[in-house]
Parts: sequence; C-alpha cells; structure tokens
Amino acid sequence: MTARGTGALMSVTYEIVAGDFVRAGEAASKLKRVLQQLGLDPTIIRRAAIATYEAEMNIVIHSYGGHISVDITCDSIEILCEDSGPGIPDIEKALQEGYSTASEDVREMGFGAGMGLPNIRRSADDFSIESRIGQGTRLQVRILHRAGE
Amino acid sequence: MKIKEVLEVIDAELLTKPEHMERQVLSVCGADLMSDVLAFTKAKTLLLTGLTSIQAIRTAQVVDLAGVVFVRGKRPSPEVVEMANEEDLPLLVTHHPLYETCGKLYTCGLKGCSEL
Ligand SMILES: Nc1ncnc2c1ncn2[C@@H]1O[C@H](COP(=O)(O)OP(=O)(O)OP(=O)(O)O)[C@@H](O)[C@H]1O
Ligand SMILES: [Mg+2]
Repeated sequence: MTARGTGALMSVTYEIVAGDFVRAGEAASKLKRVLQQLGLDPTIIRRAAIATYEAEMNIVIHSYGGHISVDITCDSIEILCEDSGPGIPDIEKALQEGYSTASEDVREMGFGAGMGLPNIRRSADDFSIESRIGQGTRLQVRILHRAGE
Repeated sequence: MKIKEVLEVIDAELLTKPEHMERQVLSVCGADLMSDVLAFTKAKTLLLTGLTSIQAIRTAQVVDLAGVVFVRGKRPSPEVVEMANEEDLPLLVTHHPLYETCGKLYTCGLKGCSEL
C-alpha cells in the first residue's frame, strides 16, 4: 500500500498479484479498515468493500496482475482497477449474471458464479468498464458518501 | 440467537475463541459460492458452507458475517482458524449436512437473509 498526496482526503494503491489466492482479498480488507478509520457509514463501507473484493478477485483469477487505486474524497470513494491483460472479449456477456469462464479449480474455491461484475455494478453509484484484448481491463467504480456521517 | 444457542441446535463445536459464544446471529445463509454470499447476506448473517478455504474467511470479513459454520464435518486448516481468530470471526463445525443444518436453525426461528 502506498499513500499519494492528491487533493483527496486519502489515496491508497494496492498491487494485486495474479493467482495469489493466499493474499487475495487483502486489498479489500485493508481498504475496509481505512474507511472505518475515516468514520464512514457502515453501509457505504460494505458497498465499497464488496466492489473492491470482487474486482480484486477478478484480477487474481482472470488477469495477469494489476493494481487497485482508491481515492477517498469528501463526498465519494473512487475505485480504479487496472490490469495488464488478457482483457475481456465480450463485456456485455461478462456483465450478465451467471456468465463465467472460471476454471474448475477456481470454482472449487467458491468462485465462478458469474456474479462478481453484477455485484460490483449493484454496489456502485457510477460504474464503467473498458477492456482491450491483449492489453487489459480498466474498471471504475464511484460510491457517493457524506464524510463523517 | 447467540452462537452458544446455535451450537446446541446444530450439535456444533466452536473452533475459535470462547468469547465468540456470546455473539448474536440475526439471519442465516447457506452457500458455497462467495459471490452469492456477497450478493445476498446482510450484516450479522451466519454462513453455512462446505467451503473451508481462506476465501470463506475473507468473504465473511468483507460483509461482516456473524460467523461461519462448516457443515458435514469439514474442518478448516489451523491457518484458517488462526486467521479467523485474528479477524474476530466465529467458526463452527457440525457433522450435519447443509440441508439438515439449515432446517434445524430455521425450525428454531432463524430466518433467511431474503426474509428480513
Ligand atoms: N479483470 C478481468 N480480466 C479478464 N477477464 C475478466 C476480468 N474480470 C472479469 N473477467 C471475465 O468476465 C467474466 C465474468 O466476471 P464475474 O466477476 O462477473 O464472474 P466470475 O469472476 O467468473 O465469477 P464470480 O465473480 O461470481 O466468482 C469472468 O468469468 C471472466 O471471463
Ligand atoms: Mg468475479
């Protein structure tokens, strides 16, 4: 985790390693603690933690690795997730509930319901996803809040 | 219902700290898919699952579950128990299968997440 000095109340970045199932979920856990320390509303924290965890698991499971950067401002939590490939061929399909390309091994660990992206979208006030084959996926989530309330 | 009452109803054993006995449970969810847990549980939900991986603990932590019950006598590794103690998450194990475990708790008045 590194903290950046931007105009945000706080900014954190977490590196996500592909295939590392022992550490997978740490970024979401750490972010959750940061948001709790900032005194944000538990329902807002829950939504941010769910979105980050699903995005983190997608990077671990489906990508070659990437990072998650979070800016917390006085009225929003901006979560940016970027990875370095392989990209998503059909985003429409990937966003459908139940669509998953997860392997049998990954399913045995409890993933591969094809619910991750829909969960992220449901948790977000703003949601956007772009992907380029061979280059990577970029997912942006914004959750609105009122600081300290 | 408190964890100590849950233990009796489903003949379970507490794997984590004794103080977890006093924790409150408001609803129950049975699932083996982590995304379903994330989508459908509420705060203070008790998860019944056959999944003993470290991811079950992480998922529970993300959504503030009241605890995790491993069904059909599946025991997690000592590392998983250690992590749950660190995260202050109650872990239980029962020899009953998923359906029977759900039924016993439901009969005692604990509702599903969709019914709250
Ligand atoms: N970062 C990514 N890079 C490449 N492919 C991805 C990425 N994220 C998602 N996908 C693709 O989109 C599909 C749907 O993703 P989604 O998170 O909804 O479900 P899942 O990860 O397969 O299962 P679940 O999230 O329920 O465990 C994935 O199976 C995968 O094919
Ligand atoms: Mg996913």
